[in-house]
Amino acid sequence: MKRRGLFLLQLGFTLLVCAFLVVPVILSMLAGLTVNYFIGVESGLTLRWVMEVWNGYRETIFLSIGLSLACLAVTLVLGVPTAYVLAKRQNALTRTLEEMLVLPVAVPGLATALALIVTYGSLSGFRTSWAFILVGHVLFTLPFMVRSVLAVLSAIDLKTLEEGAASLGAGFWPRFRDIVLPNCRQGILAGSLMVVTLSMGEFNMTWLLHTPFTKTLPVGLADAYASLRLEVGSAYTLVFFLMIMPLLLALQAFAKPRPAKFVAEETE
Amino acid sequence: MTDAGTPLAIALTNCAKTFADGTKALEPLDLAIHAGETVVFLGPSGCGKTTTLRIIAGLEEPDAGGKVLFDGVDVTHLPIEQRNVGMVFQSYALFPNMTVAGNIGYGLKIRKVADAQVKARVSEMLAMMQITKLADRRIDQLSGGQRQRVALARAIAVRPRALLLDEPLTALDAKLRDTLRLEIDSLLRSLGITAIYVTHDQAEAMALGDRIVVMEHGRVAQIGKPREIYQRPATRFVAEFIGTMNRLTGAVKNGVFTCKAGSLAWSEAPANTTEILFRPEDIRVAEGHETTGLQGKVAAAFFLGDRTRLFVEVGEAQPLVIESTARRDFSHGDAVGLAIDPRGLLVL
Ligand SMILES: Nc1ncnc2c1ncn2[C@@H]1O[C@H](COP(=O)(O)OP(=O)(O)OP(=O)(O)O)[C@@H](O)[C@H]1O
Ligand SMILES: [Mg+2]
Repeated sequence: MKRRGLFLLQLGFTLLVCAFLVVPVILSMLAGLTVNYFIGVESGLTLRWVMEVWNGYRETIFLSIGLSLACLAVTLVLGVPTAYVLAKRQNALTRTLEEMLVLPVAVPGLATALALIVTYGSLSGFRTSWAFILVGHVLFTLPFMVRSVLAVLSAIDLKTLEEGAASLGAGFWPRFRDIVLPNCRQGILAGSLMVVTLSMGEFNMTWLLHTPFTKTLPVGLADAYASLRLEVGSAYTLVFFLMIMPLLLALQAFAKPRPAKFVAEETE
Repeated sequence: MTDAGTPLAIALTNCAKTFADGTKALEPLDLAIHAGETVVFLGPSGCGKTTTLRIIAGLEEPDAGGKVLFDGVDVTHLPIEQRNVGMVFQSYALFPNMTVAGNIGYGLKIRKVADAQVKARVSEMLAMMQITKLADRRIDQLSGGQRQRVALARAIAVRPRALLLDEPLTALDAKLRDTLRLEIDSLLRSLGITAIYVTHDQAEAMALGDRIVVMEHGRVAQIGKPREIYQRPATRFVAEFIGTMNRLTGAVKNGVFTCKAGSLAWSEAPANTTEILFRPEDIRVAEGHETTGLQGKVAAAFFLGDRTRLFVEVGEAQPLVIESTARRDFSHGDAVGLAIDPRGLLVL
């Protein structure tokens, strides 16, 4: 019975922590649906604020989605081959490179953003386009893609697998397509999940990089909190949530390892 | 069977290998492998067996000056994917993202063979290796022995010109190793394919090889049929690496070899012989009535059923090893007379 008590205690604690984290989110989203936050839910529920956000900030939502997908595309194209080369060629140079990959993560986003502005700010066409933010996001998210692919590639005996494929007549490209890519699928999916989420939610750097015409969702959110009614800000949170949740769930389901079926009994 | 085209003759000339870090894995090496034969590379760990195999496969290039010839054609700089050699790796190297059937059919798909033909060939291979019911399994659902069969099937499915096997059985337990060794032997014979088999297990080498290449420190110590290697080893290293060798030190005078244990008549003894070598089967314990020139004391005796393995102390650094079939008990300290068949004597 002592065990049971301990279990209940643990359960209670876990629920408490969950509540601590989840309740503010729920309250905030609820606030976005109430007619008047100061009166409370008694004032009634409405979609007015959500519509206001939709009308006023639609562009930021589309920009954020576009941006994160573009960011994903770029990090895939750059990150997967980089991870492949790092996994394949183990020498002083690649090890240094691997270490340097954490730099954009370790350096504060604001500093990276400033560096970008100082360097490229004078190219006005570039400065005012969303590609400018994209560069920042790629810098920030690329290490996550490289690292998660690299982790998977280092765990398998890539060299021998490739040699096996080569002995069967597969040249470089067929090998890359049939052996390398499918075997680092888990890493690519996990990396993609990180990249999209990070890009969607990135604020620090984006806040400095953005222009009035290139506002992303988190920047718009800050904007709404700072200058509009609390209900609008909360409705914005709700929209943000609705945007990102299905994406996360989809990626998560996709990235889940297939359940290992029974292991074969010896039939020798 | 349609598997064997004309088998491939392989030749290495002057192939040395120095790795990027300066390790000299192979001294310049010449080797001719005849079409259709099974050659076993045998030697202790690190002697360069895998390196030689990889040079033949096209996974490594020999140092400048070395040449690899397939049927007389220089393929030294041809990458492995263009050499059409089947390879079986020690770690199997099966593709975890494909099923058993997918693995076996991969080489054919790469060659753009029509789907129906791929399917037919894959079932043929599955049947041949007796793994038909595993066709749809994933690789991580297979046992070690099953993986080995898939690896073999995959390598053979494309009808390679030669089959290269790098310690294919090392990862398996002893019993399974024996079964698979027999299977591989009959497989190689039925295919009539040129095969190179790397191992550091001398029993495996003896059983499988038409010829054995014994290697030592990046050099070929001896090439020959298993019987030659065993009975006429060219160097001390070969003599001691393969099987058990007994040794007596002493001197020859007037056709008699004298050592601490006594003397032995050997009319063909080369002059100034100071050491003679012989196998356990060329020495026996004298019967009661027999008088022999050599005496020793039993240091240990192990009854093995069909024979008794004796270790006999004769005042040398190592006791002699004798396989006795005598129907008697031996115990520690017994004095025994020893008879050696002079035909089995070696001087190296
Ligand atoms: N890629 C490499 N770089 C540097 N040295 C290497 C490399 N591969 C092998 N060697 C060295 O070359 C020598 C021969 O290696 P090899 O793998 O051919 O030996 P082996 O006979 O196959 O041994 P084993 O029975 O242990 O497999 C060894 O000293 C090994 O350390
Ligand atoms: Mg080896």
